[in-house]
Amino acid sequence: MFICISVEREFRVLGSWIVRPLPSSPGADLRHLPDAVRKSTRKTTEKQESIDPDLAVRARGLTKTFGDVIALDGVDLDVAAGRIHGIVGPNGAGKTTLLGILLGLATTDSGSLEILGDPVRRALAAPDGVAGFVDGPGLYPSLTARRNLAAFAALRGRDARMAGIDEVLAEVGLTDVADDRVRGFSLGMRQRLGLAAALLTSPRLLVLDEPVNGLDPAGKNHVHRVLTRLAADGTAVVLSSHRMDDVDALSSEVTILSKGRVAFSGPVDKLRAESGDVAYRLVTSDPAAAREVALATAGVQLAGGPDQPGRPDGTGDGRRVSGDTLVVRATVTALDALVVRLVQAGIALRELAPVISPLEAAFLALTEPPEDER
Amino acid sequence: MTVTATTAAPARAGRRIPVLRGYRFELVKLLSQWRLRLLILAAWVVPAVLVSELSRQSSLPADTVFGRWMHATGWAGSLLVLGFVGTYALPLLTSVVAGDVFAAEDRLGTWRHLLVAIRSPRRIFAAKALASLTVIVLMVAGLACSSMAAVLVVGNRPLIGLDGHTLAPADAAGKVLLAWLCALAPTMALAAIGLLGSVTLGRSPMGLLLPALAGLAMAGAQILPLPVAVRAGLPSYGFIAWRGLFTSPMQLSPLLVAVAVSLVWAFAATALAYWLFLRRDFTNVSDDGLVRRTLTVGVLPLAVVYALTIGVLALSVPATTGSSIEQGKLQRSVSTVFAHLYRLQAQELHRPSVTEAQLRTSTFCDNGGGLVAPSGAGNGWRCTVTWHIPGVDATGQAIYQLAVTPDGRYIADGDGPVQVNGYFLVRTPAGGAANPLWQFDGTVDLLATKG
Repeated sequence: MFICISVEREFRVLGSWIVRPLPSSPGADLRHLPDAVRKSTRKTTEKQESIDPDLAVRARGLTKTFGDVIALDGVDLDVAAGRIHGIVGPNGAGKTTLLGILLGLATTDSGSLEILGDPVRRALAAPDGVAGFVDGPGLYPSLTARRNLAAFAALRGRDARMAGIDEVLAEVGLTDVADDRVRGFSLGMRQRLGLAAALLTSPRLLVLDEPVNGLDPAGKNHVHRVLTRLAADGTAVVLSSHRMDDVDALSSEVTILSKGRVAFSGPVDKLRAESGDVAYRLVTSDPAAAREVALATAGVQLAGGPDQPGRPDGTGDGRRVSGDTLVVRATVTALDALVVRLVQAGIALRELAPVISPLEAAFLALTEPPEDER
Repeated sequence: MTVTATTAAPARAGRRIPVLRGYRFELVKLLSQWRLRLLILAAWVVPAVLVSELSRQSSLPADTVFGRWMHATGWAGSLLVLGFVGTYALPLLTSVVAGDVFAAEDRLGTWRHLLVAIRSPRRIFAAKALASLTVIVLMVAGLACSSMAAVLVVGNRPLIGLDGHTLAPADAAGKVLLAWLCALAPTMALAAIGLLGSVTLGRSPMGLLLPALAGLAMAGAQILPLPVAVRAGLPSYGFIAWRGLFTSPMQLSPLLVAVAVSLVWAFAATALAYWLFLRRDFTNVSDDGLVRRTLTVGVLPLAVVYALTIGVLALSVPATTGSSIEQGKLQRSVSTVFAHLYRLQAQELHRPSVTEAQLRTSTFCDNGGGLVAPSGAGNGWRCTVTWHIPGVDATGQAIYQLAVTPDGRYIADGDGPVQVNGYFLVRTPAGGAANPLWQFDGTVDLLATKG
């Protein structure tokens, strides 16, 4: 029962979503994408072009270059109020540049941008209601956590005693170290304090660059709770990461950037569902018999076996598998059939899990060049 | 995909933070640094300790301006400190404050946070410049007030000026205060150079060192035998031009020129720093400084300002194209100082009172025994002073060896007769003191047009 629920959750498909085309050379650039994503990507949905009053961010064709380097190349982005939107991509994909533009730290070379319903001019200033950080929170090590927040509140013209500093410190779990100098803080504590500083402004759009970087599980839970609460209160959250699992844990929507272009934008579940066949690792009571059953099941392919390293496209994760493990590639339906047949054959299924998550597989497929280009 | 950039639509730009709030924010950050707290504390304490200790010593720092008068009045101690800090301390203090105020954000990686919070690079610049200036002024105020502690130790007594005339305690107090205020102008110029270095060089240590190196180099230039216009065109001239306040009549031209030159440098360096700061790309992590543009945008315009200043000075005061230390100026200065101090000596020796006019002092100076042109700095000057003794038909003569430095200051060392300018003790209100005519300081006005 547990296995079935788990598989179903992994493959649950939600409603509407957007896949934006790569701006140029679509044929060439889409060759390496999974079939479903490639097909969907070519079906550009134009219905989102109309102005949605609930959009916290509406960007069209954002382009930014640094000398000869194209950081952003025609990026479109929609972020609705009350949603957590992940920006994910490999190093150098343009995530930080995009977040910097949202925060008013840079202007675009071309394209249009609306934040919280207002067009953004070519000026280095974010509209009211926008807060966040890129490249780590800006904190002053010679000040205590409380003093950092108090100075920040005073900068905003708020009385430090009335600014809710204790509340935001409690919300991010830093009450115990409120009067310690930031100099001694770990990376995770700094991240949480940076989040607390952003919360002080009661933002309607919160932009966070790698917010869970350096956080331990408890810290991640804190951040998760805070962001979920904010989103529930109507705040749009845009966060970046180079790890799909972080985005998966926090975001309902994701935009994947690759070399400054949008490779995918839409609900996380849709990306997961459209990521194609994924490799699964099965641990059974009788590996030899299970292998025979798998070979006899339609739609199931043996993707790896004992001591066979995996592949980065989803048939493995580079780790070796042990002798009692079977690695198969299958659709959800085929996998369901395999499970039923194993049970019918009297083979106990002790463990069933994706070798890497479907999201990770989709991410790798979207951002890594095809083998013939490597 | 072709999308037109939005440029004309009205935007609800975020409310920008008033400069005053940013200024407070910067002050909080600056004053939270232990390094700065210690420096401010030192500025308020060390001069008091220094002048108190020096005042108790039997041997005085006679090679420093006003050093020989430290036993006579507390005001001399304050001026001694002013002469010292202008050369060494203020360049270092300004480098620690202004040279680091922008670079610190690079080091901490807090630029983007600051921009998101304040939303205006212009206001950030203004807040930082004002905050660093405040801390620097606080330090200078500390140095000034602390150095005046010598008045409590030594006493609020008359000060002997650089032309030998006596300044009443209240007059001395006012002029000492004015001298410290005038020193703020070159300090501001150094601070502006510090801002420029901090903006252009980012986290590089050179950003921190730039104002210190520039200040020390400029101070060094003042003691080199360079044309006066070359030296007066530097802000460091302001750290010596205050000496003109302690002559009668006051030598105001050097002081006014020094203040004006310092303010021009301060304005030019601040404007360049501002211009460069507004053009910085804060999304480019590697762009923590504009090293490549430092030479072309930072140093070159200042060099042009410097060249223009030299040109204006050279055209308006032709004497500044040389050393401006001439025989006539020196003779007049020595005569004046001698007359004033002769009168002082007469009082201290309880002799009949005499006025400078009655003495009708005149001086003849030669350089290198007449073998060298009678101009320029050096130790070869020898002056013979002649004066008339009231009620007596004879004239007196005294000889002095002069050590003249390029900044116009000289030390006259009595070379006989010993009854006039030899070493012996006299009674003063502060107790026993050396004969005032034995050794004395003087200064010539380098910007005076006539020799």
